[in-house]
Amino acid sequence: MKKSQMYMRMIFASLMRRRSRMLVALLSIAIGATILSGLVTVYYDVPRQMGAQFRNYGANLILTGTDGGFSLEDTEKALKVFAKDELVGAAPFRYENIRIHEHPVVAAGTDMEGAKATSPFWRVEGDWCSTDGQIMVGKNVAESFRLKAGEMLTLSFTPENAPKDTPDETIDLEITGILDTGGSEEDYVYLSLHDLETLTGAGDLDVCEVSVSAQSDQLKVYADQIGVTVPAISAHLVKRVTASETTVLSKLQALVLLVTVVVLALTMICVATTMTAVVTERRKEIGLRKAIGASDKSIIGEFLGESMMLGGIGGILGAALGFVFAQQVSVHVFGSSIRFQWLLVPVTILVSIVVTGLSSLLPIRSATEVDPALVLKGE
Amino acid sequence: MSLLELKHIYKIYGELHALDDVSLKVEKGEWVSIMGPSGSGKSTMMNIIGCMDKPSKGEVLLDGVDIAKESAKNLTAIRRDKIGLIFQQFHLVNYLTAVENVMLAQYYHSLPDEKEALEALDRVGLADRANHLPSQLSGGEQQRVCVARALINYPEIILADEPTGNLDEANEEIVVDLFHKLHDEGTTLIVVTHDPEVAEVAQRTLVLRNGRLHKEIVNQNFTGKIHFEDMESFRKEEKGNA
Ligand SMILES: Nc1ncnc2c1ncn2[C@@H]1O[C@H](COP(=O)(O)OP(=O)(O)O)[C@@H](O)[C@H]1O
Ligand SMILES: [Mg+2]
Repeated sequence: MKKSQMYMRMIFASLMRRRSRMLVALLSIAIGATILSGLVTVYYDVPRQMGAQFRNYGANLILTGTDGGFSLEDTEKALKVFAKDELVGAAPFRYENIRIHEHPVVAAGTDMEGAKATSPFWRVEGDWCSTDGQIMVGKNVAESFRLKAGEMLTLSFTPENAPKDTPDETIDLEITGILDTGGSEEDYVYLSLHDLETLTGAGDLDVCEVSVSAQSDQLKVYADQIGVTVPAISAHLVKRVTASETTVLSKLQALVLLVTVVVLALTMICVATTMTAVVTERRKEIGLRKAIGASDKSIIGEFLGESMMLGGIGGILGAALGFVFAQQVSVHVFGSSIRFQWLLVPVTILVSIVVTGLSSLLPIRSATEVDPALVLKGE
Repeated sequence: MSLLELKHIYKIYGELHALDDVSLKVEKGEWVSIMGPSGSGKSTMMNIIGCMDKPSKGEVLLDGVDIAKESAKNLTAIRRDKIGLIFQQFHLVNYLTAVENVMLAQYYHSLPDEKEALEALDRVGLADRANHLPSQLSGGEQQRVCVARALINYPEIILADEPTGNLDEANEEIVVDLFHKLHDEGTTLIVVTHDPEVAEVAQRTLVLRNGRLHKEIVNQNFTGKIHFEDMESFRKEEKGNA
């Protein structure tokens, strides 16, 4: 039999036949590895998660006409500059003054899906509009006119320069929801571009809000590109949001990193304590091994092999449990699930092996100083 | 040249002379018993011969090498290559089976050989217990595993410190029988014992008292397992002292 075979046989015998002892050590290693890999996962996922959060905060690029309005065709041309998966959504807006019960109100025609993407913080009591023939009214408008979701609403519009006695244009729309945003949107009503055109006739867009998942450097490049390819449109970064995004992000990451380092230190202390206990209770065995001719080197090799094996098993457990842990954090804090980081598996296992090995090295070394004569004396 | 020679050995712990000017020679193939009351220095002497301790003063020649002057690392190597140890407590690694415990000695010595280890267990009558853990073995069986482990590497000397101290009579007899076989094969045996019946089967019995060599009884009629006359008087003397 090869020496290495006996070596493995001894290590496995120790791990398997001293299961209850080893389980305690394994538990402390696995918990450490779990928290560690979980935190690292969160650390790397924070930008992605927070990016999503900040996109939720609203548009980060605004398109306006270089002089006056601009057309939907120009907008579509401009949106082509973004990489497909970077464009989160675009909401074109056209504002017109209309009347409800003879009172002037601003009506905004938009693309509801786009508005949902660029303004997801809009709270709608009821539902978003899903087809033409529907309308959402701002909270203030709803209060002024005592409107409720489900009711019909008539908008009227007097064309400019119309001869004196022409009747107003009107359109009847179903109210699907009341818009509650805490902002000026509460004074407006929102309907589809098509319905607005039916009511008021064709007209230019006033503004288009765009949400792009890109950092501010890249956004600037896009903005310039739009200016060149579609001269009728100028693109502006919404600077405040993108800048704060970056600072908050780095602060959050620094915080998670700090916690990770502290946990790593605590884990090492915990594992070291456990391994010290494991080795100390085996001083007699170490003495016996020395008495029958083991060199210090081979004893260190055996015990180190054992603890590294333990570290490896703990690392595998930790990598798996860490993902579950990170997933829980992500779902509860960010409300979205996390991507499994395959690279983290070998890294967690490696770190776990190294930490366990290093922290057991010291107690093992001190244990090799045990006097084999004590064993013979039966103390 | 004697296999083992102690020249004016002292082991001093503070005021206490655990060994006080002990000199003795053991020839190759000899079987020597060591007796003496508790605290008389028997284990201290065995530790020194077994390369696990160094004398405060004096020379210990093993195969002509003064082990009192060797480094701890060399002592480990000498212990591994030349000495088989048997203890009063049956020290086995508790998570290794009987055969694995025997293989452990092979592992540190040269190469583990399961077949040979099983043969050694067979010699001590434990072939059918090879895959039992120490906790599944009786005291006598555990001590026989220790004997198998001590003899597996064909050591020049087997040192046994009260090997039968914790054994019942039946197992004591089995272990003493094994010593006979080892002696017949030419192994040098040094056996510490409290039990005159175990001592009297050796060729020579050394009696220690207060760290000094008090008496040496030679079994003139040594042919194997027989009494020697001196033993009777020794017993009476021991009783008188008690
Ligand atoms: N490490 C030590 N430190 C101090 N005194 C010791 C030590 N080892 C042994 N002794 C003392 O040396 C004497 C001889 O001990 P020992 O050789 O174990 O006796 P025996 O084996 O004959 O019973 C005893 O008095 C014991 O207390
Ligand atoms: Mg003793």
